[in-house]
Amino acid sequence: MAPTATQAAGSAPVFKTKRPLPFPLNIYQSAIGRKWVMAWTGVGLLGFVIVHMIGNLHLYEGPSRMYEYAETLRDLGGGLLPRTLVLWIMRVGLLGMFLVHLHSAYTLKERSRLASQRAGFIGGAKKYESKRDYIAANYASRTMRWTGPIVGLYVLFHLADLTWGWWLGDAYVRGDPYHNVVESLSSIPVAILYVVANVALAVHIFHGTWSMFQTLGVNNPRYNGLRRNLATVLAGVILVGNLSFPVLVQAGLVDEDNRDCPINDTTGLECLAEAAEAH
Amino acid sequence: MSGTNGQSQHNGQSQHNGQSQHNGQSQQSQSGTLNLTLRIWRQDGPDAKGGFVTFDAPGVSEDMSFLELLDIINERLIDEGGVPIEFDHDCREGICGTCSLMINGRAHGHEVATTTCQLHMRKFSDGDVITVEPFRAKAFPVVRDLVVDRSSFDRIIEAGGYISVNTGAVGDANLTPVPKEASDTSFDAAACIGCGACVAACPNSAAQLFTSAKLAHLNLIPQGQPQRWERTESMVETMEQFFGSCTNHGECTEACPKEISLDFIAFMNRDYVKAKIKNRKLAGQN
Repeated sequence: MAPTATQAAGSAPVFKTKRPLPFPLNIYQSAIGRKWVMAWTGVGLLGFVIVHMIGNLHLYEGPSRMYEYAETLRDLGGGLLPRTLVLWIMRVGLLGMFLVHLHSAYTLKERSRLASQRAGFIGGAKKYESKRDYIAANYASRTMRWTGPIVGLYVLFHLADLTWGWWLGDAYVRGDPYHNVVESLSSIPVAILYVVANVALAVHIFHGTWSMFQTLGVNNPRYNGLRRNLATVLAGVILVGNLSFPVLVQAGLVDEDNRDCPINDTTGLECLAEAAEAH
Repeated sequence: MSGTNGQSQHNGQSQHNGQSQHNGQSQQSQSGTLNLTLRIWRQDGPDAKGGFVTFDAPGVSEDMSFLELLDIINERLIDEGGVPIEFDHDCREGICGTCSLMINGRAHGHEVATTTCQLHMRKFSDGDVITVEPFRAKAFPVVRDLVVDRSSFDRIIEAGGYISVNTGAVGDANLTPVPKEASDTSFDAAACIGCGACVAACPNSAAQLFTSAKLAHLNLIPQGQPQRWERTESMVETMEQFFGSCTNHGECTEACPKEISLDFIAFMNRDYVKAKIKNRKLAGQN
């Protein structure tokens, strides 16, 4: 009989236990708790994506309605709170959720990488020497680690493009979102980038929506089938809504022929404000 | 429980194969034998560099189990003076959880709800090339060839996979009512044989399915309630010393020879966060 190597290597922990932090923070120290936080921040970010998509549909009502929508966002809280305060609170909250979502995703990925025998974790999965045969893992679930960063980079571009105006340069008119969107999306490379990023976003949401129910333990065998349906519908609606902007601008169906106001940040904005007032 | 196969076992099995060759083969080819090529992972020890070795397996009976095929190859290897391939096996009737193997990229092979020992060669076709690899995860180091050390699962069980409250003298029968649904679901979870296919199949090397099954098995029934929160926290945190993080692919439940449901993972996720809150209260902190 061949010599058999026996050693208790399997009983050696792969990860060290960290000193527990005080109560709510210790939840984030464990992988399940961290995943739970990732799911909740995912819920928040998904809520933003839905509201953002629906709000952007004002684009189809023309320049003055779009202007009115943007102004409404800045005036949230009515006259009770300083102008743009509520908007800034939401922005900071959103940024916080985004950073926590990112941190939890990255650290959990690292944990899985270290727990797999092969350090080569490219493609986001443990490597076997022979070909793996996936059964349940779908394209969306296996590419979360790629669609996530794609969406993250796209968000940076999106901000530089339509919030900071860096991309459009002189053509950017602060306070005239209709013009900025149409101007930006008229460029073919930008439109392609928006399409690719929003497909990645929809794929990310498809797995994320189903996954968060599982992670948060929202599970009832009677309704479990509905979770996949909800994920499909949500991802589909968000995809169609978000893709409609670059596609319709490129198709020439959304353009600036319908505007009565000039495009500049002085008389143009006054004209838009008057038009919005008249609604 | 790993080991090479004794000579007597082979003799017994080859007779068995001879006798049963023509039974239950209504839909099979006339010959009832297959000519296969196997690519088997061989590794001399935990730190040795391993690699695939190709073996020809002509005239394999369709009634053999996959492990019996390995027995035949080992028998030949021993006859030729070679070192037999080591692989884990024990009961060979699908209930002990000792056999493992990634067969053609799937834990326990491509048959649904089947352990390697219950995977029969009639499920393969003549001329197939079958690749056999050990289960892989950092917490499942290879001992030799196809044998991996799964004692990390024992560490998880030691952390709370039991009930240790004093029960006193024998009570009246049916003194503790158990709802039918609870006992059924608990039993579904208790079907876990701890083979590690879930970890092997998981792209993240996570052991959520195993741990959640062991937790649900006790946490769903009245007898398990006194230690429920302590058990949940302890077993989950022990699991997290060894394994990766779940991303809800669902590969584990597909690979599971006992078809343990993903629902148990959701149950564990819910119970773990609850446990963190409850245990804090139980400890008198607020």
